[in-house]
Amino acid sequence: MTERGTVVVAMSGGVDSAMAAALLVEQGYTVIGIMLRLWATCSMGDNRCCTPDSMAAARQVAAQLNIPFYVLDYREVFRHIVVDYFVSTYAAGRTPNPCILCNERIRFGFLLKQALALGAQYLATGHYARVRRTEAGTYQLLRGRDLSKDQSYVLHRLNQWQLQHVLFPLGDWLKSDVRRAALQRGLMVHDRSDSQDLCFAGDNGDYRAFIAQYAPQLLRPGPILDTSGTLLGQHQGLAFYTIGQRKGLGIARAQRTYVVQLDPARNAVIVGSAEELGRDTLFASAVHYISGHAPPSPVRITARIRYKSPDVPATLTCLEGARAHVQFDWPLRDITPGQAVVFYQGDVVLGGGFIE
Amino acid sequence: MRRVIYLDHSASTPVDARVLEVMMPFFTEYYGNPSGMHAQARASAQALDRSRWEVAEILGCKPKEIIFTSCGTESNNLAIRGVAFAAARAGKGRHIITSACEHSAVTQTIAQLCEHFGFQQTVVPVDRWGMIDPADVERALRPDTVLISIIYANNEVGTIQPLAEIGAIARAHGIPLHTDAVQAGGYLDLNVDRLNVDLLSLSGHKFYAPKGVGMLFVREGVALLPQQTGGGHERGRRAGTENVPYIVALAKALKLAHDMRPTENERLARLRDHLIQGVQTALPDAQLTGHPTERLPHHASFVIPGVEANALLMYLDMAGICAASGSACHTGIAEPSAVLLAMGIPRQLALGALRLTLGRSNTAEDIEMVLEVLPAAVRQLSAL
Repeated sequence: MTERGTVVVAMSGGVDSAMAAALLVEQGYTVIGIMLRLWATCSMGDNRCCTPDSMAAARQVAAQLNIPFYVLDYREVFRHIVVDYFVSTYAAGRTPNPCILCNERIRFGFLLKQALALGAQYLATGHYARVRRTEAGTYQLLRGRDLSKDQSYVLHRLNQWQLQHVLFPLGDWLKSDVRRAALQRGLMVHDRSDSQDLCFAGDNGDYRAFIAQYAPQLLRPGPILDTSGTLLGQHQGLAFYTIGQRKGLGIARAQRTYVVQLDPARNAVIVGSAEELGRDTLFASAVHYISGHAPPSPVRITARIRYKSPDVPATLTCLEGARAHVQFDWPLRDITPGQAVVFYQGDVVLGGGFIE
Repeated sequence: MRRVIYLDHSASTPVDARVLEVMMPFFTEYYGNPSGMHAQARASAQALDRSRWEVAEILGCKPKEIIFTSCGTESNNLAIRGVAFAAARAGKGRHIITSACEHSAVTQTIAQLCEHFGFQQTVVPVDRWGMIDPADVERALRPDTVLISIIYANNEVGTIQPLAEIGAIARAHGIPLHTDAVQAGGYLDLNVDRLNVDLLSLSGHKFYAPKGVGMLFVREGVALLPQQTGGGHERGRRAGTENVPYIVALAKALKLAHDMRPTENERLARLRDHLIQGVQTALPDAQLTGHPTERLPHHASFVIPGVEANALLMYLDMAGICAASGSACHTGIAEPSAVLLAMGIPRQLALGALRLTLGRSNTAEDIEMVLEVLPAAVRQLSAL
């Protein structure tokens, strides 16, 4: 064991985790590569994680770096925790984000414990996010320096214990530099496509095909109604629609029409105009704060309501029972139940919860 | 680099230097296709014949009863499909008897016959040692039974089945008995008449020949429908140009293993027993899986409560010890082994399976090292 300690790197076969591993080796850590098999289907595109191709790529990188490499089978826990959540959230008419749960429970849950059991002090990933230790000895989660690649949104449920044992070697890197650095080091994954979100949902993250195959019970056709209850058409199952969606509704109306609500009680998709879509407030539940406790509130923050949506200035009020109220400075079109709302102050992630 | 202690000989073995030596000329000096009419072809054909004689001598069978294949899995496929389809075609029936402790090369082959080709199977149970009761095989017989396929020695727990008794039952009823002897090859008696078997599968790389060559014995008179057609190789039962260097290697390796068997088995069993005792002393909760005495001489397998197999294997690997949890084909699967479950081992316990299989390179020092590392690993992992 080296002085810097031992770190397990979660490898996906992509360029980011490969570079993370390479940097840790260069920094003098004893590095162990582990790849998780999360989903059973092997017939997916080549940029998917846990395909034989990505396994081979990760194994090659490990050989180049001369580090041990293991593939661990987490399919059962992944199915029980992430896929079941994914399906049941859709069944309740909400739109899930499985990556958040996977990070919280699988990667920084089971795998982190596995890493510590092996005698490692840290688990590292190729995420674009940063961890900062404050003078008080607590840990903060910060956005990645490359804001176009920042992944702090899907990491917002990490707690103090997890952050204490986590390394994000790419937190200060720009993605373009990562590719160049991987090429310079001769890592053969330098030109592989990025790992995809929704890794289990098949080519191009097509979650619809996934649902058709694994949760056909969700494909219950029902009415498309406007906000006054007029029948406008038929939908193929609530899971195929999300708030703010405009395309693929199959109805002709003079004005632009958006999905404004999914109503599981009536199995109805409710559509309306852009004005009917806009809301400037939301409640969140299962709210988690990185620091372990709610900040004094109301407090000014910026909030993100989707992984790829921009920050919006807002006022956060923390409520009892791990709930929170967010008042945005202007209305937003795509406040979507089931998605996470993540609270920021500058680059610091305060925490977040799931939109009710 | 630190010396690696290799304890996964049931998964694969290194090629013996003497085996490598005899196979090498057949890559560059004698490379003719054995089917040809010239000196080069003759050299290959003679080597092929010689290999067949050598193997037949060890099995106590006729040379023409030996079919060379690419691996143990192919041998099992050819045996089961070949007999099943030939029998079904002759209108004899579509019922197969097998056991709950087979390798997936057997279970998956029979499963496909059942799923897509109208066959039915009866799976005879195993007891808590992984042992089959021959009386269960007899009870499973039906008028339409066309094949019995029973493993000789199990890969995961090392239990040796009472094959000769099962074979006597099969013979009395005129049903062919196939045995997957892949794990037994090199360690146990392979005489097909003493074993009362009609088909027997072997895999070269389990006994110090290279990967990529196997063998199937098919007793004369057993109807076998070829599963790979083409030129008339292997008496029309397995088409494809013979892999001469590898077949030469398999024959040499089998002969070496056969000659070394009396002394090597004793040496391995002594080391193995020391290992089992040491593990049980250091880890009183660890439970030996498989039969305590009727087991392969090089095979030690355990379930260890409170430990997850993959975590343990990684820990051992980083300490320079190559071990396995069950069969190599299952490595990485978090599902407990079907064989362990069939033996009545609880699911949670079955997730902590550890298999240590010894071989020619292992010494008493290796065992001491394992007995030093393993208990520490288990303590660290179960402290979680």
